[in-house]
Amino acid sequence: MLIVATTACGFIFGWGLLISGMMQPAKVIGFLDVLGSWDPSLAVVMTAALVVSRTGFTLATWRKRPILASQSFWPTKTDIDRPLVIGATLFGVGWGLVGLCPGPALENLATFSPRVIAFVIAMALGMVLHDLWSNRSVTTPQREGTFAAAADG
Amino acid sequence: MANFTPVSAAIGGTLIGLAATLLMLFTGRVAGISGILAGCLNFGAADRSWRVAFIVGLVLAPLVGGFVGYPIPSPQMPDSWSVIIVAGLLVGFGTRLGGGCTSGHGVCGVARLSIRSIAATAIFMATAVVVVALSHHLFAG
Repeated sequence: MLIVATTACGFIFGWGLLISGMMQPAKVIGFLDVLGSWDPSLAVVMTAALVVSRTGFTLATWRKRPILASQSFWPTKTDIDRPLVIGATLFGVGWGLVGLCPGPALENLATFSPRVIAFVIAMALGMVLHDLWSNRSVTTPQREGTFAAAADG
Repeated sequence: MANFTPVSAAIGGTLIGLAATLLMLFTGRVAGISGILAGCLNFGAADRSWRVAFIVGLVLAPLVGGFVGYPIPSPQMPDSWSVIIVAGLLVGFGTRLGGGCTSGHGVCGVARLSIRSIAATAIFMATAVVVVALSHHLFAG
């Protein structure tokens, strides 16, 4: 049941990206290109998604626990630390270079584009490299718990 | 603003918000794609199945769309393979270090009014705008 529900959520999310045009990296670049022929579509996508999820998350907090799981995994971190700032900057550089963020990158695998496949492999490698590097720099076992809680999304 | 498509953007954004809501309501998880993918790549993790299922659903959307005749855009990417590889590495490493991407921070985090996510979103948006301005205008070949 859990698997069916999450597949459906991914499917709806995918249709959202597809209909909004955000699967197309060139359209995302059109939003980021404020000096060119600016396309504000991405701002509308974000605003609509925020209004719906703000309302939905408020409803979700009314329930003691999720429908198909024993607990909710709300992110717990609140501080703006160095990894957040550096990580968001590095991500911004990559996003600006190609116009792909993780969701549309994975979804575009459906097009079997060799360039998308190369991007996704590099992205996965970047994630693995981060986790190897981060595990190496962790020496105290007490970081285990904070590692799981560190994920914002 | 010749390419502005507000109606389809609003419909698509609504579906993205709906998917994030349903995932939280049913499974208690944040719909952050970078976190979901990173969990898939962590072969020791116990909760990989729902993550794989979400990504399967994500990829199924355009496959089913194409099957029923919905136009699927052919992705326009930079010519340079090295730019693509470097960008992919930066997106992968950066989203892990920063704890999220456009979905986890940009949608779910901002919707929770998390200061952390609002800061991350402002930083990656501003950085990407600068990178596009430099690469498309200042250093445009």
